[in-house]
Amino acid sequence: MELLSFGDTGWGDELFLATLMTIAVSIAAMAIGFLFALIFTPLKLSKNKSLNIIGNCYTTIIRGVPELLVIYLLFFGGTGAAMYVASIFGYDGYIEINAFITGALAIGIISGAYSTEVFRGAILSIDKGQFEASKVLGIKKYIQFYKIILPQMLRLSIPNLSNVWQITLKDTSLISVTGLVEIMRQSYIAAGSTRDPLFFYSVAAVLYLILTFLSMKLINKLEIKYSKGY
Amino acid sequence: MISIFPSLLSGAVITLQLLVSSMFFGLIIGLIFAILRINKNPIINKFAYGYSYFFRGTPLIVQLYLIYYGLANIEFLRNSFFWVIIKEPYWCAIIAFSLNTGAYTSEILRSAFQTIKKGYIEAAQSLGVTKKITFYRIQLPIAIKQSLPAYGNEIILMLKGTSLASVITIMDLMGEARKVNVLTFKPFEAFITAGIIYLFITFIIHNIIKYLEKKYGFQT
Repeated sequence: MELLSFGDTGWGDELFLATLMTIAVSIAAMAIGFLFALIFTPLKLSKNKSLNIIGNCYTTIIRGVPELLVIYLLFFGGTGAAMYVASIFGYDGYIEINAFITGALAIGIISGAYSTEVFRGAILSIDKGQFEASKVLGIKKYIQFYKIILPQMLRLSIPNLSNVWQITLKDTSLISVTGLVEIMRQSYIAAGSTRDPLFFYSVAAVLYLILTFLSMKLINKLEIKYSKGY
Repeated sequence: MISIFPSLLSGAVITLQLLVSSMFFGLIIGLIFAILRINKNPIINKFAYGYSYFFRGTPLIVQLYLIYYGLANIEFLRNSFFWVIIKEPYWCAIIAFSLNTGAYTSEILRSAFQTIKKGYIEAAQSLGVTKKITFYRIQLPIAIKQSLPAYGNEIILMLKGTSLASVITIMDLMGEARKVNVLTFKPFEAFITAGIIYLFITFIIHNIIKYLEKKYGFQT
């Protein structure tokens, strides 16, 4: 137990900060994923063939390759790409991209693919009559989207988004391979310096279980709140 | 580009080996725990639920580290016969993946068992079919057929999961790609080629499952 105490002797405060880091990366990744989903959902639903293909390629490729591959590609490839772009503008120094940004972007791209599928399903399950009704009333396309489709889409996708959140939360553990100090990395460091991997990885497992448990409770509450009246 | 292909393919073979053996053991584990889950005894039920909750609630990498680094920490295990198995990263990976996919499989099968129409079981009962035969000849085949689509997804998730084996020094497809990246400093070539191979395997699995669904799919 003293291994978990706060302060210089224990790993409690480090693990606590690492947990906050995991939460921060997950939220950032989820937000980035939303952005990707908001871009790619219309593409997937579009009647234009080539736009459709772009949307399908994104979700198929991201859901078909390992998460670790996306992370490595961004982590190792990102620096090179950034330096190449910078060299065009005449900057030749070494650029190191922040591990937080790379990690959140990588996980965001992955969770975006799942969110896209969720949003697509939600929009498809909205009654067709509503599209027709708003058309008949002469409501402009983007107002129709923002005022009618989007609110319903968000409400309908809460249950499935909770799954996406769980996946995203667990995927952030993979960023540890790039050196960002979140739960997994911190446990790795602690396990290495105390030579007690069993204990620290168990603590990591418990921390993840607590996070998934708490977020489930929270999302269930949201779901009840927003499904009132339906 | 072409020169890195053979080493990546040899990695892909390891990936497939890991996938096939962990799916095999995972299916057995999943089936056992699905049966435990539909058991009415609360203690057995809770135990099976706890198992699936733990393995579905924690990241695969934690489970892998727990088994690879953690189990070696237990003196008792180190002196026992099990040490032969758990000192090998390959077997540790298979144990971790099997337990992980077993948890998901048990959930898939459980929901399949629970959605079987009561009428089938009642019909069997009224015809005087024994409980054992009802289970093996009616419930089990229907459950397996019903869970085919979800199980297909699980196979693909596990394929992606096997890439984690590379962090515990196994030279699977991901491990080979990392090696190529380190040796050549060409991250895009290495990882994109590996990605294409992964996509290709995913594509094949997807089509096999689709074919099986068409042939054996069960609609209630």
